[in-house]
Amino acid sequence: MGLTHTEKLLAAHTVSGEALAGNLIQARVDLVMCHEVTTPPAIQMLADHGLHGVFDPDRIVVTPDHFVPSKDIESAELARDLRKWVQENGIKHYYELGRHGICHALLPEQGHIIPGQTVVGGDSHSCTYGAFGVFSTGVGSTDLAAVLYTGELWFKVPESIKVTIVGQLPDGVYSKDIVLELISRLGVDGARYQALEYHGETLGQLSMEARMTITNMAIEAGAKSAVMTVDQVTHDYLKGRAKENDWVEYSADDDAQYVREITVDVSHLAPLVATPGQPSNGQTIASLKSDDLVPVDQVYIGSCTNGRIEDLRVVASIMKGRRIATGLRAIIVPATSTVWKQAHDEGLFNIFYEAGCVVSTATCGACLGGYMGVLASGEVCVSTTNRNFSGRMGHKDALVFLVSPATAAATAVSGKIADPRDYL
Amino acid sequence: MQGRVHLFKRDHINTDEIISARYLNVHDEATLAEHAMEVIDPEFVKRVQAGDMLVAGENFGCGSSREHAIWALRGAGVQAVLADSFARIFYRNAVNNAFQIMEIPGISAQVQDGDELEIDIEKGLVTNRSQNKTYSFPPHSPFLQGIYAAGGLLKNIAANAGRRKVKK
Ligand code: SF4
Repeated sequence: MGLTHTEKLLAAHTVSGEALAGNLIQARVDLVMCHEVTTPPAIQMLADHGLHGVFDPDRIVVTPDHFVPSKDIESAELARDLRKWVQENGIKHYYELGRHGICHALLPEQGHIIPGQTVVGGDSHSCTYGAFGVFSTGVGSTDLAAVLYTGELWFKVPESIKVTIVGQLPDGVYSKDIVLELISRLGVDGARYQALEYHGETLGQLSMEARMTITNMAIEAGAKSAVMTVDQVTHDYLKGRAKENDWVEYSADDDAQYVREITVDVSHLAPLVATPGQPSNGQTIASLKSDDLVPVDQVYIGSCTNGRIEDLRVVASIMKGRRIATGLRAIIVPATSTVWKQAHDEGLFNIFYEAGCVVSTATCGACLGGYMGVLASGEVCVSTTNRNFSGRMGHKDALVFLVSPATAAATAVSGKIADPRDYL
Repeated sequence: MQGRVHLFKRDHINTDEIISARYLNVHDEATLAEHAMEVIDPEFVKRVQAGDMLVAGENFGCGSSREHAIWALRGAGVQAVLADSFARIFYRNAVNNAFQIMEIPGISAQVQDGDELEIDIEKGLVTNRSQNKTYSFPPHSPFLQGIYAAGGLLKNIAANAGRRKVKK
């Protein structure tokens, strides 16, 4: 019987047990991602249990991102505790403000993610890294503490869903639209406890950045992890960031066992909007009800889903020579310091300024209702982020619509949710 | 264990609803507890008493990985959550904290708010004293039972600290 990509990745790291779907195993973890919200509790737990030190200071990557620059005293103290722990344990890969970024954009950009790894992060969107042919999943603080100390973790080996993406992506339609379509078909728990394994010719047309938008949202269908096969695009992205000798490429056997197979044909896909409440509420713009086509208060462009340079370029191409609608505010958050610098050097900030947008430093900020764009009750936000649960970006009675960067930009210009194809 | 039910008869209750992100700048249970379930029911923390139980629908605890969701509930006195199903990170976090959760398909349709439940974890049996009904659930695997028995994953690790892998 053939093995899935996920089973092979876990089998290569198994310490005890057998890496077949459904089994509990103990596995080695190659890389651990830490940020300032879920890691400080882990640090405290380790200390409380008399567990000192970390398994390997070179296999831990740390960046503050959620509430930085610190929004209040409590969050400043979290960031301080994280820094202190980094210093005490000689952790080399620490990204201080100025070089920091939203974790899931930063780690791949800085070459920490390489094919064949097992990665865990103290954050649910750690599934993002699967775009590079790695097993990666998000965990809470206790799991994080355990893996920081032992370099191992228990896993239930997930069953896999085979997702095949076919067809030529039309102009004005992006990988965000593909993943919104997929999640709408799966439902928010359609892949619960399972892995999503991506196949299909369309992936070859997508950059690594576009692929990461897809793997990023696997958790929004309840998935444990997502994985794509390494190809030339992966190699080109990793050139200069990582050394080929360091990585191992796995792929699923032709006769691998999947619990389900699902094909998404993108050739007739239109830009999608996930209406408030759940990321699985995807609808075409044409099918939105008049209730949804109300004036928008805020457009938010950023996050680990869509704050990369490609995203900002698309936004700039639509905003160039235009102004955002009166009464609407647009907040643009480059996902990392490097993206910020690139956008600056390419002159995108000028376009954003002329259009009437505000640009911030890299932060999770308003994506999780932290700061820098928190919503008031009754406000309407169109956002490139990944979650639109009630209360996610601020008041529980604020409404959040999830879209691609292009749709966000078109909306900012028009004042109501708009089809980006009218602005290309 | 025994307790009174607070019924949240809804699917996909997410961690943002259990504890909003704006409270994640702290992680002590007592402070988090003041805001448990606030987004759905601001009065919940006033009603909940030590030993109470939550009953909810499918995919309870979906969304972010914040373990603060467990700590907020435990801090508020909740001793167990029974749901039709759980999201996977919440499930792991519960096990790792030795916080009792029971996955019982259909439970949210059968239990009423205020019912008194008695749970026998070893037998995998819930007795509804108010309705004279019973529901069963499969016991945890021996591996997970080991984590519960130790009082959580880190206690388990601390007990085995000698076996730790250290970088060469
Ligand atoms: S940008 Fe949003 S979804 Fe991504 S890590 Fe930050 S808070 Fe989480």
